[in-house]
Amino acid sequence: MFRTKNMFFAVIIIGIIITVSILGCCPAPQQAASNPQAKQVSKKITIWHWMTDRKDTFNELAKKYKAQTGVDVEFMLFFPPDIFSQKVIAAARAGNLPDIFGILGEKKTLGSFVKAGHILDLTSYMQQDNNRWQESFYPQTLAVNIFEPANSYDVMPGIYAAPIDTTVMQFVYNKSILQEAGLNPDNSPKTLDEFIDYAKKAKEKTGKDGFVCGFGEGWLLHALATEWAINIMGEDKFVRTIKGEVSYTDPDWIEVFNIFSKLKDSSIFVSNIASLNNKESEDAFSRGKAAFSFNGSWAVNVYNQLNPGLDYSFFSLPTASSKFPAKIWGGAGSSFMIHAKSANKEEAVKFLKWLTQKEQQIVLIKETNNLPAIKGCEAELPPKLSVLIADLFNLTHPNIWPKNEDSRVIEVFDSGLQQIVMGIKQPKDVAQEVQNTKDRLSKK
Amino acid sequence: MSVALSCILPFFWMINVSFKTQAEFDKDYGINPAARLNFENYKTVIVKESFWKYFLNSVMYTFITVLFIVMISSLAAYSFSRLDFPGKSFIFYLFLTAMMIPLPAGFVPVYVLLNKFHLVNRVGYLLAMTNMGLSLSIYLLKTFFDQLPRDLEDAARIDGCNKLQIWWNVGLPLVAPALAVVIIFNALTVWNEFVLASLMFTNYSFMPLQVGLMEFSSKMVTQHTLIMSALTVAALPIVLLYIRMQKQFIKGLTAGATVG
Amino acid sequence: MNYSSVKDKAINFSFVAPAVLIFSIFWIYPFIYTFILSFQEYDLISPARFVGFANFREIFSDPMWGKCLYNGGFVTLWALTFQNVLAFMLAMAVDKVIRCNKFYRVVFFILPVLSEIIIGILMKLLLSTEPAGRDVLNNLLSNIGLGAFSQNWLGEDRVRIVTAIVHCWKGFGWAFVIFLAGLQSIPEQLYEAARIDGANAWQSFTKVTVPLLMPVITLILVLTILGTMQTFAMILALTGGAGGLTTVPVMYIFFHVRGNLAGLACAEGLILGIILVTVSFTMFFVSKLVRNKYGVLSR
Repeated sequence: MFRTKNMFFAVIIIGIIITVSILGCCPAPQQAASNPQAKQVSKKITIWHWMTDRKDTFNELAKKYKAQTGVDVEFMLFFPPDIFSQKVIAAARAGNLPDIFGILGEKKTLGSFVKAGHILDLTSYMQQDNNRWQESFYPQTLAVNIFEPANSYDVMPGIYAAPIDTTVMQFVYNKSILQEAGLNPDNSPKTLDEFIDYAKKAKEKTGKDGFVCGFGEGWLLHALATEWAINIMGEDKFVRTIKGEVSYTDPDWIEVFNIFSKLKDSSIFVSNIASLNNKESEDAFSRGKAAFSFNGSWAVNVYNQLNPGLDYSFFSLPTASSKFPAKIWGGAGSSFMIHAKSANKEEAVKFLKWLTQKEQQIVLIKETNNLPAIKGCEAELPPKLSVLIADLFNLTHPNIWPKNEDSRVIEVFDSGLQQIVMGIKQPKDVAQEVQNTKDRLSKK
Repeated sequence: MSVALSCILPFFWMINVSFKTQAEFDKDYGINPAARLNFENYKTVIVKESFWKYFLNSVMYTFITVLFIVMISSLAAYSFSRLDFPGKSFIFYLFLTAMMIPLPAGFVPVYVLLNKFHLVNRVGYLLAMTNMGLSLSIYLLKTFFDQLPRDLEDAARIDGCNKLQIWWNVGLPLVAPALAVVIIFNALTVWNEFVLASLMFTNYSFMPLQVGLMEFSSKMVTQHTLIMSALTVAALPIVLLYIRMQKQFIKGLTAGATVG
Repeated sequence: MNYSSVKDKAINFSFVAPAVLIFSIFWIYPFIYTFILSFQEYDLISPARFVGFANFREIFSDPMWGKCLYNGGFVTLWALTFQNVLAFMLAMAVDKVIRCNKFYRVVFFILPVLSEIIIGILMKLLLSTEPAGRDVLNNLLSNIGLGAFSQNWLGEDRVRIVTAIVHCWKGFGWAFVIFLAGLQSIPEQLYEAARIDGANAWQSFTKVTVPLLMPVITLILVLTILGTMQTFAMILALTGGAGGLTTVPVMYIFFHVRGNLAGLACAEGLILGIILVTVSFTMFFVSKLVRNKYGVLSR
């Protein structure tokens, strides 16, 4: 009894000592971060981001900036993205946002932040010296951060963020598998039927699977469906669907849903495709388990890390119709915003300008194999990426459309597609379900 | 027996794989007890990915939070069980209800409030974590206090002890078995927590182990053996703590179980 | 009320004061906030708009919410029956075996000790099949001559049941240790008395073991329901929802927070909370009623 009690005392005393020591040393740096005056003196720019893959490169760039200008830059990584978003929201509400940060999600979210006065309007900086900064970007990359006059979000027109890279979604194929299947490895399928045909042949001849993709992540399915939808009905009709003028049960939309059921029936999918995440899909493709995949331009970096010898190439959407030109899902991969109430905002603007200069963009390209946000780096691109340059002028993305679809409709849309892919639901039922959700929400 | 095997096999598999290189793993997925112990993965995880820092943080948070919970919840449970004040049962049921209602956006107001008091740091985190364990701990300890005889306390009161002294000298030693349950249970919760930590801290050097694990496993999805090493580092301490305390744990549960 | 009694009450209250203080900041305050939000359309950033009961109306007309409750209920049903029966049987068996008692106590509780994330990552790697995965479990099975059992574990026709079983498998250790503790607290004399009265094994089980374990059983049932209905991290890591087949309520709420529908998410949280509170307190109440009726005293 005595012994245990002494132990207990000892534990408590140790606990008190530790607690006091934390209390003593901890609040100091924290207060410095939330106190604008202190920051002004130290001239330190704080940046919050979520990109695990770029952590080291960012830190190197920060060092370089410090050497060039004497300004401290600190990149802080928070993961996973969902928690990052919550964190940014909480910080915005509490008034301790960092100088520079990213916002994930729909354009509506960006709009809300702007309306609440958290984000600095970069238009005047962009347009200095005859629009020099603005014109350096690929127009469609920058477009996701622009609010046009009289936009549907009710946001003051302006440019509110600077993109640091561009992402496009494209098909990839494994050249060796095509060759093994007796197909011309330099000839990618141009139409949907051709694509199915190739994938089937590859499967029959090599025993490998036809197509792998991270369909467990709904947005990948959504991006793919959007590309086909625009190909079948044109961007105009597509946007009118979002506005509620065209129904998801329209024959054109049924055709889009049917594509997925057709792909399912041709049994070119790897098993469990509807619960794969993108990383697993990348792993499978890089190990040569499937002939085709659908992935973002970041895949160059991923495949390179997983299997440097992989012989693959990108190709454009196999078209399902000749009525309308195909568009490519893409836009700014990641953008940085500046906190409007930051005491360091001029410094922050300078840093963002620096980050989107050619030299730094090339560093980012080299280290992370992403497409640049600005023009003029084409010559520096690795060959795998340079084939994608042409796409940068043919992009489409929810954040450039005049209106975003309600996230609940998208949710039903995505999980409906997953169920088609799993073979447990019919396309026309999914279309009806999506439309029902849309009707229900618009009635409110 | 086969159930026991199914519980322990994945665990051994995890440890076994953590010693392999990725190339070895790709050749053979099974358990290979003869494989040589290759500590390369652990070196990468602990030193290069600075898991040791996260590890120390986690140990500290777990230790302090559990201490807080033990003190605060045993005080409260003692009061709920033995003493009387207005609104007693209402407050007690409020604590119980807290286990049952999810608060999806609850973090934002708390963060704003804490920020006003400059507590968005380790202190705030420790308090929030303490709160997470309070409900169940108070419930467990109260039911335990309820079934204890009051003779000893009466004796202490006659000896001139005040209520605080009775709690400290009589109450706490008597519920010691139940404290083992509270300690294990809360140590698990704190050790395995990552959402609050990544929301709360802006300084990476404060992050606990699970946050490091999340980031690491997303970065290294296909480096299976490295991930397994990281998982092992994250799992082993808490498993060892349980093995060390399991006797008291079961004893505590046994002693408190029949009341419910 | 005289002065000394008030002072007495105040001292008594001061014992719970630290707990109540922390609890107010970290639970009551956000709870009130959640309650208010559930009547608003709000993305946590732009100004909130009061919408009355619109969020609740929307939830009741949303077929997906019903499906999520169904999915959660499905896993819970498995946990209530399969997991708890398994745990109970194991506890009965281990209670009789004195020798390896400690070994089983450690082994069965290893899984609950590990975090949901660790289990999710681990099981995904074990269960996922070629080509995207590594077929680890199937390989292991064929290595020990059970190749016939290998299959597509996460395929659409069984993903739901596999998810439920993985959840039970992770969680049964809790029920096991609590049952075991309950069994060990039953005094041996009671069994002996029953034997002397001529009771066979089954009778002593139903007349002694079960009634005395009633409170433990209630506790486990309530904890199982609370734990299972609020789980999601493991399922998210394992299947990511699988086209709505394994989307559970908290996961759905989480999606809505992410989709900037905080008001809706709060309303959903409240509804789930009300369901859980009702079910739990009803069970406690019924258990007490049963105990009183049959005159089983808690020791």
